[in-house]
Amino acid sequence: MDADRYHLALTELLMQLADDDLVVATRAGEWLGLAPHLEEDVAFSSIAQDEMGHAATYFTLLATIHGGDRDDLAHLRPALARRNSVMLERPNGRGTYRDTPHFDWAYALARHFFYDTLEMARLDRLVQSAHRPLAEAAAKIRREERYHNQHHSMWLRDIARSGPDVGRRVELALDRAAADAVDLASAGPMAAEMETFGLLPDASHLTDDWRARVAQALDPLGWALPPLRGTLNGRHGEHTQDLTQLLQDLGEVYRSSPGASW
Amino acid sequence: MAALDHVMDPEMPGVSIVALGMVHTVAVDRERVRITLLPPFVGCPALDVMRARAVSAVSQATGLEPDEIVVEYSAAVPWTSDRVAPSCHRALRSRGIAPPPRVTEEVMTEMPPVACPWCGSVDTEAEGVFGPTACRSIYYCRACRNPFEAMKPV
Repeated sequence: MDADRYHLALTELLMQLADDDLVVATRAGEWLGLAPHLEEDVAFSSIAQDEMGHAATYFTLLATIHGGDRDDLAHLRPALARRNSVMLERPNGRGTYRDTPHFDWAYALARHFFYDTLEMARLDRLVQSAHRPLAEAAAKIRREERYHNQHHSMWLRDIARSGPDVGRRVELALDRAAADAVDLASAGPMAAEMETFGLLPDASHLTDDWRARVAQALDPLGWALPPLRGTLNGRHGEHTQDLTQLLQDLGEVYRSSPGASW
Repeated sequence: MAALDHVMDPEMPGVSIVALGMVHTVAVDRERVRITLLPPFVGCPALDVMRARAVSAVSQATGLEPDEIVVEYSAAVPWTSDRVAPSCHRALRSRGIAPPPRVTEEVMTEMPPVACPWCGSVDTEAEGVFGPTACRSIYYCRACRNPFEAMKPV
Protein backbone atom coordinates (compact mmCIF):
# COMPACT_ATOMS: atom_id res chain seq x y z
CA MET A 1 0.00 0.00 0.00
CA ASP A 2 2.69 2.45 1.07
CA ALA A 3 4.81 1.36 -1.86
CA ASP A 4 1.94 2.19 -4.21
CA ARG A 5 1.48 5.63 -2.66
CA TYR A 6 5.23 6.25 -2.89
CA HIS A 7 5.24 5.30 -6.54
CA LEU A 8 2.22 7.48 -7.30
CA ALA A 9 3.63 10.49 -5.44
CA LEU A 10 6.96 10.18 -7.23
CA THR A 11 5.21 9.88 -10.61
CA GLU A 12 3.11 12.99 -9.88
CA LEU A 13 6.17 14.95 -8.81
CA LEU A 14 8.21 14.01 -11.88
CA MET A 15 5.28 14.86 -14.14
CA GLN A 16 4.96 18.31 -12.59
CA LEU A 17 8.67 18.95 -13.06
CA ALA A 18 8.84 17.55 -16.60
CA ASP A 19 5.62 19.16 -17.84
CA ASP A 20 6.44 22.57 -16.32
CA ASP A 21 9.82 22.67 -18.06
CA LEU A 22 8.56 21.30 -21.38
CA VAL A 23 5.83 23.92 -21.60
CA VAL A 24 7.92 26.86 -20.40
CA ALA A 25 10.71 25.88 -22.84
CA THR A 26 8.25 25.75 -25.72
CA ARG A 27 6.79 29.17 -24.96
CA ALA A 28 10.26 30.65 -24.49
CA GLY A 29 11.40 29.08 -27.77
CA GLU A 30 8.61 30.88 -29.61
CA TRP A 31 10.43 34.13 -28.88
CA LEU A 32 13.33 33.14 -31.10
CA GLY A 33 14.04 36.07 -33.40
CA LEU A 34 11.47 38.26 -31.64
CA ALA A 35 13.14 39.28 -28.37
CA PRO A 36 13.72 43.04 -27.83
CA HIS A 37 17.36 42.96 -28.97
CA LEU A 38 19.94 40.56 -30.35
CA GLU A 39 21.70 39.76 -27.07
CA GLU A 40 18.37 39.06 -25.46
CA ASP A 41 17.46 36.78 -28.32
CA VAL A 42 20.62 34.78 -27.62
CA ALA A 43 19.97 34.77 -23.89
CA PHE A 44 16.32 33.85 -24.08
CA SER A 45 16.90 31.01 -26.52
CA SER A 46 19.73 29.73 -24.29
CA ILE A 47 17.29 29.72 -21.41
CA ALA A 48 14.72 27.87 -23.54
CA GLN A 49 17.38 25.33 -24.49
CA ASP A 50 18.38 24.82 -20.85
CA GLU A 51 14.75 24.30 -19.83
CA MET A 52 14.19 21.79 -22.62
CA GLY A 53 17.28 19.92 -21.43
CA HIS A 54 15.92 19.90 -17.90
CA ALA A 55 12.58 18.62 -19.20
CA ALA A 56 14.40 15.80 -21.03
CA THR A 57 16.18 14.87 -17.79
CA TYR A 58 12.92 14.75 -15.84
CA PHE A 59 11.19 12.76 -18.61
CA THR A 60 14.05 10.24 -18.52
CA LEU A 61 13.56 9.82 -14.77
CA LEU A 62 9.79 9.61 -15.29
CA ALA A 63 10.21 6.88 -17.91
CA THR A 64 12.14 4.69 -15.45
CA ILE A 65 9.45 5.11 -12.78
CA HIS A 66 6.29 5.23 -14.85
CA GLY A 67 7.42 3.02 -17.71
CA GLY A 68 7.33 3.92 -21.37
CA ASP A 69 9.55 5.97 -23.61
CA ARG A 70 10.58 9.48 -22.57
CA ASP A 71 9.73 11.02 -25.95
CA ASP A 72 6.30 9.37 -25.95
CA LEU A 73 5.72 10.73 -22.45
CA ALA A 74 6.68 14.20 -23.66
CA HIS A 75 4.71 14.22 -26.90
CA LEU A 76 1.83 11.78 -26.78
CA ARG A 77 0.13 12.36 -23.42
CA PRO A 78 -3.14 14.28 -23.80
CA ALA A 79 -3.63 17.66 -22.12
CA LEU A 80 -5.71 16.19 -19.29
CA ALA A 81 -2.77 13.98 -18.29
CA ARG A 82 -0.47 17.00 -17.97
CA ARG A 83 0.55 18.45 -14.63
CA ASN A 84 2.10 21.81 -15.58
CA SER A 85 0.88 25.07 -14.07
CA VAL A 86 -1.75 26.83 -16.20
CA MET A 87 0.29 30.06 -16.12
CA LEU A 88 3.03 28.40 -18.19
CA GLU A 89 0.79 27.27 -21.05
CA ARG A 90 -0.65 30.70 -21.82
CA PRO A 91 0.46 32.23 -25.14
CA ASN A 92 3.13 34.94 -25.21
CA GLY A 93 0.63 37.46 -26.48
CA ARG A 94 -1.64 37.93 -29.46
CA GLY A 95 -0.90 36.06 -32.67
CA THR A 96 1.44 33.09 -33.02
CA TYR A 97 5.15 32.90 -33.76
CA ARG A 98 4.31 31.82 -37.30
CA ASP A 99 1.75 34.48 -38.00
CA THR A 100 1.90 38.13 -36.88
CA PRO A 101 3.29 37.64 -33.39
CA HIS A 102 2.32 40.62 -31.23
CA PHE A 103 4.04 39.18 -28.20
CA ASP A 104 4.20 40.91 -24.85
CA TRP A 105 7.72 41.09 -23.45
CA ALA A 106 6.63 42.42 -20.07
CA TYR A 107 4.33 39.43 -19.67
CA ALA A 108 7.08 37.00 -20.70
CA LEU A 109 9.39 38.54 -18.09
CA ALA A 110 6.79 38.46 -15.34
CA ARG A 111 5.94 34.85 -16.04
CA HIS A 112 9.57 33.76 -16.15
CA PHE A 113 10.36 35.64 -12.99
CA PHE A 114 7.53 33.84 -11.16
CA TYR A 115 8.57 30.49 -12.59
CA ASP A 116 12.32 30.85 -12.01
CA THR A 117 11.62 31.81 -8.43
CA LEU A 118 9.51 28.68 -8.03
CA GLU A 119 12.21 26.55 -9.62
CA MET A 120 14.83 27.75 -7.14
CA ALA A 121 12.48 27.13 -4.18
CA ARG A 122 11.69 23.67 -5.53
CA LEU A 123 15.29 22.76 -6.41
CA ASP A 124 16.52 23.83 -2.97
CA ARG A 125 14.23 21.08 -1.66
CA LEU A 126 14.84 18.51 -4.39
CA VAL A 127 18.59 18.36 -3.79
CA GLN A 128 17.59 16.63 -0.51
CA SER A 129 15.07 14.32 -2.19
CA ALA A 130 14.86 10.73 -0.99
CA HIS A 131 14.77 9.65 -4.64
CA ARG A 132 18.49 9.78 -5.24
CA PRO A 133 18.52 10.13 -9.05
CA LEU A 134 16.21 13.13 -8.67
CA ALA A 135 18.43 14.69 -5.99
CA GLU A 136 21.47 14.27 -8.26
CA ALA A 137 19.70 15.80 -11.26
CA ALA A 138 18.48 18.69 -9.11
CA ALA A 139 21.99 19.46 -7.89
CA LYS A 140 23.15 19.81 -11.49
CA ILE A 141 20.12 21.74 -12.68
CA ARG A 142 20.25 24.18 -9.77
CA ARG A 143 23.71 25.34 -10.84
CA GLU A 144 22.30 26.30 -14.25
CA GLU A 145 19.09 27.85 -12.94
CA ARG A 146 20.98 30.44 -10.92
CA TYR A 147 21.84 32.18 -14.16
CA HIS A 148 18.21 32.29 -15.29
CA ASN A 149 17.24 33.82 -12.02
CA GLN A 150 19.96 36.43 -12.24
CA HIS A 151 19.00 37.26 -15.78
CA HIS A 152 15.37 37.99 -15.03
CA SER A 153 16.19 39.82 -11.80
CA MET A 154 18.55 42.05 -13.79
CA TRP A 155 15.78 42.83 -16.27
CA LEU A 156 13.34 43.73 -13.51
CA ARG A 157 15.95 45.92 -11.82
CA ASP A 158 16.71 47.79 -15.04
CA ILE A 159 13.04 48.22 -15.89
CA ALA A 160 12.28 49.51 -12.42
CA ARG A 161 14.59 52.44 -13.14
CA SER A 162 12.94 53.24 -16.46
CA GLY A 163 10.13 55.51 -15.33
CA PRO A 164 6.45 55.25 -14.41
CA ASP A 165 5.09 54.18 -17.83
CA VAL A 166 7.30 51.13 -17.98
CA GLY A 167 6.68 50.39 -14.32
CA ARG A 168 2.95 50.44 -14.95
CA ARG A 169 3.31 47.91 -17.77
CA VAL A 170 5.27 45.58 -15.53
CA GLU A 171 2.57 45.89 -12.88
CA LEU A 172 -0.07 44.90 -15.44
CA ALA A 173 2.11 42.02 -16.62
CA LEU A 174 2.64 40.71 -13.08
CA ASP A 175 -1.11 40.89 -12.62
CA ARG A 176 -1.81 38.98 -15.83
CA ALA A 177 0.67 36.28 -14.89
CA ALA A 178 -0.83 36.05 -11.40
CA ALA A 179 -4.26 35.58 -12.96
CA ASP A 180 -3.32 31.98 -13.86
CA ALA A 181 -0.84 31.28 -11.09
CA VAL A 182 -3.02 29.87 -8.31
CA ASP A 183 -1.60 26.39 -8.98
CA LEU A 184 2.00 27.47 -9.69
CA ALA A 185 3.66 27.02 -6.32
CA SER A 186 1.47 24.07 -5.38
CA ALA A 187 2.78 20.51 -5.36
CA GLY A 188 -0.68 19.22 -6.18
CA PRO A 189 -3.02 16.68 -4.59
CA MET A 190 -0.20 14.42 -3.36
CA ALA A 191 1.88 17.15 -1.71
CA ALA A 192 1.47 15.55 1.73
CA GLU A 193 2.78 12.19 0.50
CA MET A 194 5.67 13.90 -1.32
CA GLU A 195 6.66 15.42 2.01
CA THR A 196 6.10 12.28 4.11
CA PHE A 197 8.19 10.14 1.78
CA GLY A 198 10.88 12.80 1.57
CA LEU A 199 10.49 13.10 -2.21
CA LEU A 200 9.90 16.86 -2.01
CA PRO A 201 11.03 17.82 1.48
CA ASP A 202 9.02 20.53 3.19
CA ALA A 203 6.45 20.50 0.37
CA SER A 204 3.87 22.09 2.70
CA HIS A 205 5.84 25.35 2.87
CA LEU A 206 6.60 25.57 -0.85
CA THR A 207 3.91 28.17 -1.53
CA ASP A 208 4.90 30.36 1.44
CA ASP A 209 8.56 30.06 0.53
CA TRP A 210 7.83 31.09 -3.06
CA ARG A 211 5.72 34.06 -1.94
CA ALA A 212 8.49 35.20 0.40
CA ARG A 213 11.11 34.98 -2.34
CA VAL A 214 8.92 36.86 -4.82
CA ALA A 215 8.22 39.58 -2.25
CA GLN A 216 11.91 39.85 -1.40
CA ALA A 217 12.72 40.53 -5.05
CA LEU A 218 9.78 42.85 -5.80
CA ASP A 219 9.63 44.95 -2.61
CA PRO A 220 12.82 46.95 -3.22
CA LEU A 221 11.61 47.72 -6.74
CA GLY A 222 8.30 49.09 -5.51
CA TRP A 223 6.13 46.24 -6.77
CA ALA A 224 4.01 43.72 -4.93
CA LEU A 225 2.78 40.23 -5.70
CA PRO A 226 -0.77 40.61 -7.04
CA PRO A 227 -3.46 38.25 -5.72
CA LEU A 228 -3.11 34.80 -7.28
CA ARG A 229 -6.18 33.74 -9.22
CA GLY A 230 -7.35 31.01 -11.55
CA THR A 231 -10.24 28.58 -11.76
CA LEU A 232 -8.23 25.74 -13.29
CA ASN A 233 -5.58 23.73 -11.48
CA GLY A 234 -2.92 22.26 -13.76
CA ARG A 235 -1.61 20.02 -10.96
CA HIS A 236 -5.00 18.26 -11.16
CA GLY A 237 -4.83 17.95 -14.95
CA GLU A 238 -7.11 20.94 -15.61
CA HIS A 239 -5.94 22.99 -18.58
CA THR A 240 -6.94 25.51 -21.19
CA GLN A 241 -7.32 25.11 -24.93
CA ASP A 242 -3.95 26.90 -25.16
CA LEU A 243 -2.18 23.77 -23.89
CA THR A 244 -4.01 21.53 -26.36
CA GLN A 245 -2.84 23.80 -29.18
CA LEU A 246 0.72 23.96 -27.85
CA LEU A 247 0.97 20.16 -27.62
CA GLN A 248 -0.47 19.79 -31.07
CA ASP A 249 2.14 22.14 -32.56
CA LEU A 250 5.04 20.76 -30.53
CA GLY A 251 4.30 17.11 -31.25
CA GLU A 252 3.25 17.47 -34.88
CA VAL A 253 6.51 16.21 -36.36
CA TYR A 254 6.96 13.53 -33.70
CA ARG A 255 3.50 12.09 -34.29
CA SER A 256 4.07 12.01 -38.04
CA SER A 257 6.48 9.12 -37.47
CA PRO A 258 6.63 7.91 -33.84
CA GLY A 259 9.83 6.11 -32.99
CA ALA A 260 11.80 7.64 -35.85
CA SER A 261 15.35 8.62 -35.06
CA TRP A 262 16.03 12.28 -35.88
CA MET B 1 41.67 7.30 -21.70
CA ALA B 2 44.33 8.24 -24.24
CA ALA B 3 41.79 7.64 -27.00
CA LEU B 4 39.32 9.99 -25.31
CA ASP B 5 41.95 12.73 -25.45
CA HIS B 6 41.17 12.91 -29.16
CA VAL B 7 37.44 13.39 -28.67
CA MET B 8 36.85 17.08 -29.24
CA ASP B 9 33.92 19.20 -28.19
CA PRO B 10 32.22 20.10 -31.50
CA GLU B 11 31.50 23.57 -30.15
CA MET B 12 35.12 24.13 -29.09
CA PRO B 13 37.39 22.46 -31.64
CA GLY B 14 40.72 21.42 -30.17
CA VAL B 15 39.34 21.14 -26.65
CA SER B 16 38.84 17.53 -25.63
CA ILE B 17 36.27 16.01 -23.32
CA VAL B 18 39.14 14.90 -21.06
CA ALA B 19 40.48 18.45 -20.78
CA LEU B 20 36.97 19.69 -20.02
CA GLY B 21 36.78 17.27 -17.11
CA MET B 22 33.79 15.45 -18.57
CA VAL B 23 35.14 11.92 -18.07
CA HIS B 24 33.86 10.56 -14.76
CA THR B 25 34.72 6.85 -14.89
CA VAL B 26 36.12 4.31 -17.35
CA ALA B 27 35.53 0.68 -16.45
CA VAL B 28 36.31 -2.55 -18.26
CA ASP B 29 34.26 -5.63 -17.47
CA ARG B 30 35.12 -8.73 -19.49
CA GLU B 31 34.98 -7.49 -23.10
CA ARG B 32 32.94 -4.39 -22.53
CA VAL B 33 34.12 -0.83 -21.94
CA ARG B 34 31.83 1.37 -19.91
CA ILE B 35 32.48 5.12 -19.91
CA THR B 36 30.55 7.58 -17.79
CA LEU B 37 30.59 11.23 -18.86
CA LEU B 38 29.34 14.28 -16.98
CA PRO B 39 27.35 16.78 -19.07
CA PRO B 40 28.62 20.37 -18.62
CA PHE B 41 25.07 21.57 -19.29
CA VAL B 42 22.09 19.26 -19.15
CA GLY B 43 20.55 20.71 -22.30
CA CYS B 44 23.81 20.89 -24.27
CA PRO B 45 22.95 19.87 -27.85
CA ALA B 46 26.48 18.54 -28.45
CA LEU B 47 26.13 15.66 -25.96
CA ASP B 48 25.05 13.08 -28.54
CA VAL B 49 27.85 14.07 -30.92
CA MET B 50 30.43 13.69 -28.16
CA ARG B 51 28.99 10.32 -27.16
CA ALA B 52 29.22 9.05 -30.76
CA ARG B 53 32.76 10.41 -31.10
CA ALA B 54 33.83 8.71 -27.87
CA VAL B 55 32.48 5.36 -29.05
CA SER B 56 34.24 5.63 -32.38
CA ALA B 57 37.56 6.80 -30.83
CA VAL B 58 37.63 3.93 -28.34
CA SER B 59 36.58 1.47 -31.01
CA GLN B 60 39.46 2.57 -33.24
CA ALA B 61 42.01 2.48 -30.41
CA THR B 62 41.02 -0.92 -29.03
CA GLY B 63 39.56 -2.78 -32.01
CA LEU B 64 36.37 -3.39 -30.03
CA GLU B 65 33.05 -3.29 -31.85
CA PRO B 66 31.00 -0.14 -31.20
CA ASP B 67 28.33 -2.20 -29.42
CA GLU B 68 30.94 -3.33 -26.91
CA ILE B 69 31.47 0.26 -25.84
CA VAL B 70 28.88 1.87 -23.61
CA VAL B 71 29.05 5.62 -23.15
CA GLU B 72 26.57 7.09 -20.70
CA TYR B 73 25.89 10.51 -19.21
CA SER B 74 25.41 10.71 -15.48
CA ALA B 75 24.57 13.35 -12.91
CA ALA B 76 26.09 11.26 -10.11
CA VAL B 77 28.57 14.08 -9.64
CA PRO B 78 27.52 17.50 -10.93
CA TRP B 79 29.97 18.80 -13.51
CA THR B 80 31.45 22.11 -12.48
CA SER B 81 33.70 24.43 -14.43
CA ASP B 82 36.39 23.78 -11.78
CA ARG B 83 36.86 20.42 -13.52
CA VAL B 84 38.34 22.11 -16.59
CA ALA B 85 42.05 21.19 -16.58
CA PRO B 86 44.49 24.11 -16.14
CA SER B 87 46.37 22.74 -19.16
CA CYS B 88 43.22 23.39 -21.18
CA HIS B 89 43.17 27.09 -20.29
CA ARG B 90 45.76 27.99 -22.92
CA ALA B 91 43.86 26.10 -25.62
CA LEU B 92 40.70 28.00 -24.70
CA ARG B 93 42.47 31.37 -24.76
CA SER B 94 43.98 30.67 -28.16
CA ARG B 95 40.39 30.26 -29.43
CA GLY B 96 39.34 33.56 -27.93
CA ILE B 97 37.60 32.03 -24.96
CA ALA B 98 38.51 33.10 -21.43
CA PRO B 99 38.79 30.08 -19.12
CA PRO B 100 36.34 29.89 -16.20
CA PRO B 101 37.35 31.52 -12.91
CA ARG B 102 37.23 29.27 -9.85
CA VAL B 103 33.66 28.91 -8.67
CA THR B 104 32.77 30.98 -5.63
CA GLU B 105 29.53 32.51 -4.45
CA GLU B 106 30.81 35.93 -5.50
CA VAL B 107 31.90 34.83 -8.97
CA MET B 108 28.50 33.31 -9.70
CA THR B 109 26.46 36.33 -8.63
CA GLU B 110 28.62 39.26 -9.70
CA MET B 111 30.21 38.09 -12.96
CA PRO B 112 33.45 39.98 -12.15
CA PRO B 113 35.94 40.92 -14.91
CA VAL B 114 37.99 38.07 -16.37
CA ALA B 115 41.28 38.47 -18.26
CA CYS B 116 40.84 39.15 -21.97
CA PRO B 117 42.05 36.13 -23.95
CA TRP B 118 43.41 38.44 -26.68
CA CYS B 119 45.43 41.06 -24.76
CA GLY B 120 45.41 39.81 -21.16
CA SER B 121 43.89 43.00 -19.73
CA VAL B 122 41.41 42.70 -16.88
CA ASP B 123 39.73 45.96 -17.86
CA THR B 124 36.77 43.96 -19.10
CA GLU B 125 33.05 43.75 -18.38
CA ALA B 126 30.34 41.15 -18.73
CA GLU B 127 27.95 42.04 -21.55
CA GLY B 128 25.66 39.10 -21.10
CA VAL B 129 25.46 35.93 -19.09
CA PHE B 130 24.39 33.99 -22.16
CA GLY B 131 26.59 33.49 -25.19
CA PRO B 132 26.70 31.37 -28.34
CA THR B 133 26.57 28.11 -26.36
CA ALA B 134 25.07 27.23 -23.00
CA CYS B 135 28.49 27.15 -21.31
CA ARG B 136 29.75 30.55 -22.45
CA SER B 137 28.97 34.21 -21.73
CA ILE B 138 29.91 37.38 -23.60
CA TYR B 139 32.43 39.97 -22.38
CA TYR B 140 33.93 43.15 -23.76
CA CYS B 141 37.54 44.23 -23.33
CA ARG B 142 37.93 48.00 -22.89
CA ALA B 143 41.70 47.79 -23.39
CA CYS B 144 41.84 46.19 -26.84
CA ARG B 145 38.18 46.89 -27.67
CA ASN B 146 37.35 43.37 -28.63
CA PRO B 147 34.39 41.33 -27.61
CA PHE B 148 35.23 37.87 -26.35
CA GLU B 149 33.63 34.80 -24.86
CA ALA B 150 34.21 33.38 -21.42
CA MET B 151 33.35 29.98 -20.02
CA LYS B 152 30.75 30.39 -17.32
CA PRO B 153 31.66 29.49 -13.78
CA VAL B 154 29.13 26.80 -12.95
